[in-house]
This record gives sequence, structure tokens and C-alpha cells, in this order.
Amino acid sequence: MEYISQIAFLLVLAVAAYFLAQRIGSIKKNINLGKEVDRSDNSGQRWKNTFLIAFGQQKMFKKFIPAILHLMIYVGFLVINLEVLEFIIDGVAGTHRIFAPILGDAYTVAINVFEFLAVAVLVSCVAFLLRRNVLNVKRLRSLSGWPKLDGNLILVIEIILMFAILTMNATDMLLQGKDEHYVQTGSFFFSSFLTPLFEGMSVDALVFTERFAWWFHIIGILAFAVYVTYSKHLHIFLAFPNTYFAKLTPNGQMNNMDEVTTEVKSMLGMDAGAPPAEVARLGAKDATDLTWVNLMNAYSCTECGRCTAECPANLTGKKLSPRKIMMDTRDRIDEIGKNIKAGKEAESGSPLFSDDYISAEELNACTSCNACVEACPVSINPLDIILQGRRYMAMEESSSPQSWNSMFQNVETSFAPWKFPPTDRFKWADKLKGEEK
Amino acid sequence: MSDSTYKVPTMQEMSAKGEAPEVLFWVGCAGSFDDRYKAVTIAFTKILNKVGINFAVLGPEESCTGDPARRAGNEFLFQMQAMSNIQVLNGYNIKKIVTACPHCFNTIKNEYPELGGNYDVVHHSQFLQGLINEGKVTLKDGGEFKGKKITFHDSCYLGRANGVYEAPRDVIKALDAELVEMKRCKTKGLCCGAGGAQMFKDAEKGNKEINIERTEEALETGAEVIAAGCPFCMTMMGDGVKNKEREHNVKVLDLAELIAKNQGL
Repeated sequence: MEYISQIAFLLVLAVAAYFLAQRIGSIKKNINLGKEVDRSDNSGQRWKNTFLIAFGQQKMFKKFIPAILHLMIYVGFLVINLEVLEFIIDGVAGTHRIFAPILGDAYTVAINVFEFLAVAVLVSCVAFLLRRNVLNVKRLRSLSGWPKLDGNLILVIEIILMFAILTMNATDMLLQGKDEHYVQTGSFFFSSFLTPLFEGMSVDALVFTERFAWWFHIIGILAFAVYVTYSKHLHIFLAFPNTYFAKLTPNGQMNNMDEVTTEVKSMLGMDAGAPPAEVARLGAKDATDLTWVNLMNAYSCTECGRCTAECPANLTGKKLSPRKIMMDTRDRIDEIGKNIKAGKEAESGSPLFSDDYISAEELNACTSCNACVEACPVSINPLDIILQGRRYMAMEESSSPQSWNSMFQNVETSFAPWKFPPTDRFKWADKLKGEEK
Repeated sequence: MSDSTYKVPTMQEMSAKGEAPEVLFWVGCAGSFDDRYKAVTIAFTKILNKVGINFAVLGPEESCTGDPARRAGNEFLFQMQAMSNIQVLNGYNIKKIVTACPHCFNTIKNEYPELGGNYDVVHHSQFLQGLINEGKVTLKDGGEFKGKKITFHDSCYLGRANGVYEAPRDVIKALDAELVEMKRCKTKGLCCGAGGAQMFKDAEKGNKEINIERTEEALETGAEVIAAGCPFCMTMMGDGVKNKEREHNVKVLDLAELIAKNQGL
């Protein structure tokens, strides 16, 4: 009988670990459906970006208020999780606050710090709920359906979890001295504000409340960890690899299609090297034609909408929204992953670049200005996906807008995007002829 | 070379004489064919002449860099253009290139190396900044821009694409003008609406044109001059100012034109 809670705890842990491993496995599989791209170079710069942008939250600080609120939740998340370590040891060993006797006074200080962070997280989550639902922040208010619910759910869950910690500590303090199982820890500042709520309770009721809060918190955290893998909140993990593997070349540089180079070289009679490998497809028609970095980008997107808020096309009422590009990419690769799991043809359903996901109208509206790339706090690159879609339209489907086709023709025949005779190219200099300096 | 008239030597002429220029001026399609931007090409050429820079142009041998084709997705056409340009440039053993078009600048600087074209490429704003810093161009005090409000419209392909924000601003500051910034500038600058090959087709359906949004922002600063450093931005902002019927008191000028005017060229 005395081991029952430990067994229950191990069971809960095992179930959570199982689901988590399943989810991580299938997300990893989905990302690996993308095409290979080498990002193993320049690890020094990559680590630097990871430290500045992911750990250091550098790009968040372009907007101060959300940055501070986000920082509190971020630090809270990192630090409070240290406490989870104690939860796990206690849960497995059947002990209570195992670190308290070891750390002594330092333990009291640590728990007080955790409580401060818990309150900071709580305040920030309330502020974020207000921003999402009451204040007129267009990029957040424009979400609807699951993305909107997802954002709110995360904040509500975090608030409840933080309350669970404070309740647990408050009842714990009241039990110290009344029940020998409860170790003397010294007093906790923030939860002591809650103690009046529980003072009239019997010892049994207090133990029940304290245990309930303890279990609630640890099950809550484990459930949350599983939930995160289904949610936009996956960025809490993927922001780190995502910034590490982000593009390092200048924003304006489009990647070169080597398969085209080989062909162009042989057309021009230049030494093309090895004959071109069979090219399956030029550009991207579906999510599997994108690179694994594009797909990881999609899973890293937390749908904050900073990209769309800066997009010139979107600002002037066009359909293009870089956030939607990322959400569509994730939805489609998820669908493909499910197709594969269900034994269906992987490409069943509409391809990524179709009216059901990203339409030609959206693709064509992009000015390639890099505002979305610049705006993303975790180095996501929606532009790269857009340009790959355009390549498919131009080279495989020949479905580019008519005026672009004319421009292509002009470049091909007149060597300029406008239809001027190439012999007129130098006419501007005639004006200067003989003009006195 | 006689010093009394403006000269625009071509690479062909130079190499026939066995000479090599210090820098190749890549004019670009807009700089060659667009009436408004031809004025910029001429202004920049006059500055190069005045300062005595040993330069040359490709003239009829120049061709589109392929930028609009690549952004619109036509990688084949881009690479065809790029490789024939590289053949010409390498044939003349070109080392340094200056251009007044950020799209040409970006493509030659960042995208040609992978295809075998390696050059030291600068945008004309950087080149002008260098001339001012080295004292080769000394700007006249009390010139026509002294104390005037000038706002600079960042070109995406110069700014966000390549991180060049200060050179154009340094040029404006050297004019003794009052540089006023728009609400969205530098990394947050708003596109003129023409990049990514948008210049060559109508905009998708929306509720506003991008260049109108941007022009409104520029006009809000109260600037008398909207400075640009890109042919597409020049067209878009010029159209915007006309649309707002402000062309009588707001001018859209390129950085080279600002300097040339100050110098009385």
C-alpha cells in the first residue's frame, strides 16, 4: 500500500514519456520528408545566432512591452522547470522536498525565486490574454478558430499551473509543524498571501489540498509537454535548432539551383562536369519539395504574426500573409505525415501550392522585400518557401502571370525586362557627348 | 584623355587600347532605358568624370542581370543571363563594379559568385560615401539643399537584403540637409512595392497600392525631397507623389542627383 503513490507516479511518467516520444518521432519524420540542404557550415556563427536570438531573445526586443512579458514567461519556464526535477525525485522515491535538508537556507531562497517567477509568469499570461482578446493588437486579433483557441488555452493552462504551485506551497507551509512528513523550509513570500484561504482547514484537508496541487502540477506539466507538440507552442523547443540552422548568407541572396546550372552550362557549351542527375521537379509544388529547414521553420512558427504585420502586400489588403504561408506549410506536411501513417499515398489531398493552401494569387503578390524574414523573432524564412513555389509555376507549369511571361520574353530576346532594342542600351551617353565639364 | 568634356569610355574601347579601368560602372536596364533613371546615370557619370575616376561601362555589351527573372521563378533564364554576363565581365578581367541599382548590386555581389563571377561590388551610395570621406568630393556649403528636410526611402535590396543603411544617409548628411526619418525606416523600411519582379506586372487585388502607402509616409515627414537609391523605388515614389498631386513641392531625387546638383554639374 505504501508504494502505491510511487507506482502511480511512475505510471503517469511512463504514459507521458510514451506519448511525447511518439509525437517527437512523428514530427521528426515529417521534417525529414523535406529535401536535403547542407547547414553544417560555420558553426561559430550559428552558435552565436542561437545564443543571441534564441537564448538572448534579441529580436523580441524590437517591441519592448511584449518582449518583457515574454521574457518573464521564458525565464520562468526555464527556471521553474528546475523544480520539476525535485518533483520527479520525490515522486519516484516517495520523499518530500528532498532538496530542502540538503540545501538548507538556500532552498528557501530558491523556492522564493521560483515563486517570484511564478507570479511574473502569471502576470504576463494575464497581460497576454488581454492583448489577445481585449486590446486591439491586429496581428493577434486576426486569428480565429483553432489558432486563436490554442493561444488562449496555453495562457490559461500556464495560469492554472502557476496557481497550483502557489497553492501547494501555501498549504505546505501550514502543514509544516503539524505533520512530520512536511520538512521545515522557512517561509515563502508570495504563497504566504494565499495561506489565509486555507488556515481554517483540518490537517487532513490540508494534506489533501497540498497533494492535489502537487499531483495537479506535475500531471499538468507532463500533459502540457504532450499538448505542446500539437500546438504552435512547439517553438519553445524548436526556436533553438531553428535559429541555429537559419540561413547565414545575405537576405537578398536566392539559393542557386545547381541542377539548372549543369543544364545551362551544357546549353552554352561550357564544361558542365558530371551529367545532371534526374531532376524530379523544378521548384516546389508540395510540402515535400521544400527543404527540411523550411519544414522545421513551419513547426517553429508560433503564429505571432509579426511577419504579416510588416508585409507590404498584406498591409495594403492583398491576400498574401507570411504567417499563413508557415501555417499552411505545417498543416500540409502534417497531412502528408498522416497519409503515410494511414498507409495512403503520401501526396493524397491538395498540394501545398494550390487554392486549398497557398494560392497563386498569394505567391505572386510577394515583393521579396524580406520584411517578414527580418521581423521573425526566431529566424523563420517565409520568403524562401514563396520563391520555391514561384519556381514551380514559372518552370514546370508556365503559369506565371502573363505580364511576367512577357518580361521573360523581353529578357530572353532584348536582354532587358522592357522591349527595347539592345542596340539602344548605350544611347543615354549621347546626351553627354561634347558637353563641357 | 582630354579633360574639357564628359567621357563615357566603354570596356571595348579601353581594352582595345590595352587599358583597364579602376572600376566598371554597371548601368543596369533602368539606368539605360528608363527616362527618369537615365538622368541618374548621367548624374553619376558626371561625378565620376569630375572626380577623375578611371571608369568604363559595358555599353551595348551589358545585359539584364537576370534579377527579375530569378525572383519571378525563372531560374533557367536567370542563369543564362548571369553566365553570359559573367563571360563578358571575366573576359575583360573586371575586378571592381559600381552600380546605381540595388537589384543589380545584390545579384552581382551575392548570386554571381556561385556561377563563377567574383567581383568587388559596391552600390553607388557606398561609392559616393567613399568619395566624400576621402575628400574627393567636397560638398559646397549653402548649396540648394542646406537645411532642407530630406527623407531617405530605404530600398529593400540595399537595406534588408544587404545591410547597407548608413551610406545613403551619410551622403544626405554631408549635404548639410536635415535628414528626417519615416516611421518605417532601416530594418523596418517599407518596400516601394516594385521588388521581386512586381515592377513588371500589376499588383494583386488589395485595398491600396504599396507605393501610395509609402508615399503618404514620406510626405508625413514634411520632407521637400524624397531621396532614393534605386530605379524601382524612384518610379514608385515618383508615381506616388504625382498621385498625391505634390510634385510641385516634393521632389524625388537619387543620391547621385543630390550630389551632382550640389556640385552644379
